[in-house]
Amino acid sequence: MIEARGLTKRYGATLAVDDLSFEIKPGTVTGFLGPNGAGKTTTMRCILGLDHPTKGSVTVNGRPYAERRFPLHEVGALLDASAVQPGRRADQHLWALAQSNRIPRTRVHEVLELVGLTGVARKRIGTFSLGMNQRLGIAATLLGDPGVLMFDEPVNGLDPEGIVWIRHLFKRLAAEGRTVFVSSHLMSEMALTAENLIVIGRGHLIAQGAIDELTSRTAGNVLVKSPQAEELTRLLIDQQAKVELDGSAIRVRGLNAPAIGELAAAHGIVLHELAPELASLEETFFELTGESVEYRADEPVPSRGA
Amino acid sequence: MATTTTTPTAEAPATPPEPTGKPTGSLWRAVLASEWTKLRTVRSTVWTLFATFVVTIGIGSLIALARTSRWDNLSLHDKLTFDPTSFSLRGVFLAQLAIGVLGVLIVSSEYSSGMIRTTFAAVPQRRVVLYSKAIVFAIVAYVTTAIACLAAFLIGQAIFAGTRLPTGAVLGVSLSSPGALRSVLLAAFYLTVVGIIGLALGSLLRRTAGAIATLFGIVFVLPILTSALPSPWDTDVGKYLPSGAGVASFTVKHTSDLLHPGAGFLVLVGYVLFALWIAGFALTRRDA
Repeated sequence: MIEARGLTKRYGATLAVDDLSFEIKPGTVTGFLGPNGAGKTTTMRCILGLDHPTKGSVTVNGRPYAERRFPLHEVGALLDASAVQPGRRADQHLWALAQSNRIPRTRVHEVLELVGLTGVARKRIGTFSLGMNQRLGIAATLLGDPGVLMFDEPVNGLDPEGIVWIRHLFKRLAAEGRTVFVSSHLMSEMALTAENLIVIGRGHLIAQGAIDELTSRTAGNVLVKSPQAEELTRLLIDQQAKVELDGSAIRVRGLNAPAIGELAAAHGIVLHELAPELASLEETFFELTGESVEYRADEPVPSRGA
Repeated sequence: MATTTTTPTAEAPATPPEPTGKPTGSLWRAVLASEWTKLRTVRSTVWTLFATFVVTIGIGSLIALARTSRWDNLSLHDKLTFDPTSFSLRGVFLAQLAIGVLGVLIVSSEYSSGMIRTTFAAVPQRRVVLYSKAIVFAIVAYVTTAIACLAAFLIGQAIFAGTRLPTGAVLGVSLSSPGALRSVLLAAFYLTVVGIIGLALGSLLRRTAGAIATLFGIVFVLPILTSALPSPWDTDVGKYLPSGAGVASFTVKHTSDLLHPGAGFLVLVGYVLFALWIAGFALTRRDA
């Protein structure tokens, strides 16, 4: 359980995080989504007590992180997998961390096994690939078998096999009842791993909630095929939905799939197909963060809905 | 490589796992053990300690050889005031460079790699981290430099043993002669102090280059600048500098421009405490 209340962090003239409040619950993977420079890393640094909030507060399991003694037993976090000293061996790196939190040496070998690095345990970290570094970083977060886990852009640098592995790992950790908090600027990645989302842009909270809710609330194109398309179209327009013809199907906007299904059933209309268009998370993301992208190259994307 | 391919279940049990075996015990012991592991598992430790060792003994021996080979050219006054103990320990002036670099690197290398954030996430009690680093470093540095200084002293005295004073006595002294053992131990202490000042600077400045430059400014450049002051300010200020207090602590034959050895020792202790205090103060107030 991670809880932020009015979290604000200013670096000189830059307001990195602005009055951010959220709650991250155990037992699910919560995605932390936002464009580059939105304040995701800053928020995570504040959670870990590395940066002092300018205003507001953030607690882990009800207490500020920095008040903890031996915190790795409660919280494991990976902010930057390349932030390790390259001259040290993988097992030495983990052992030094373990010692600082009174974690037994056997656990070092367990977590190396868990991330598949047993074979290179005695190799210098400097010889590792990006993906191996990422696995080492994940091993470090698991050292204390913590109930809260936090990862900043964890799929960066991983090969496809590693990405699949990490998705399964996150889901399994959440299924074990842990709080899993994962940041990403890739909406497609979040669609596959996260159940809940916190979306921020320019330090502001833009949206939070279950991923299905967020996608149905915004974008929400639904492709419908029906032998009674004409009648259905009339009903949909009555419901203030926008309808356009797409070959033999109709594309509905402004009403989600369950609502369309119920509407059809209520009027005895047969549906052959009722398909929410899945690219919608990306659209949601653009719609939600449109005004808050920090660095933009192309023309403005549509402004976000109210 | 994927060792964990168990299919995750969608439904999650509501209760998070209890923190297993919440550890108790000494935070200091844990962090000291961790910092000891860190120190001994990077190569820079071995290289800088090796350099400190070689330079202390090598330069000390060279200076002793040079001095004895030109002994007859010295004036009678120079011969009678010659301090064989401090001359055998002159390698310290170059060795402080190597040990200072190690002190700086212990903290600054964690900043340059980003490791420091992992460290502080594992131990939010940042002062405990800093002081544990200092303690572990001090022990390792003192043991190394004490052995090096003892060796330099013994080799130096063996070289001086072949030369005689105008009084007919042998130039070299033994470890049991007045002030000799104290000088050896305090020369090592001075080297350790320079290293700890380096460690504090590494923590304050976070950049290796900047911290090393500042440390060398303090131990090499400041004495040169103060010597340009008009008398008596040059010696009055100079003897309180870390380098001046260091020389005083490992000199046997005293001159008026040096502090008493005991006072020199206390000045060094003062520098260490001040450096660590200010580094610890800044560390807890700044973002990591």
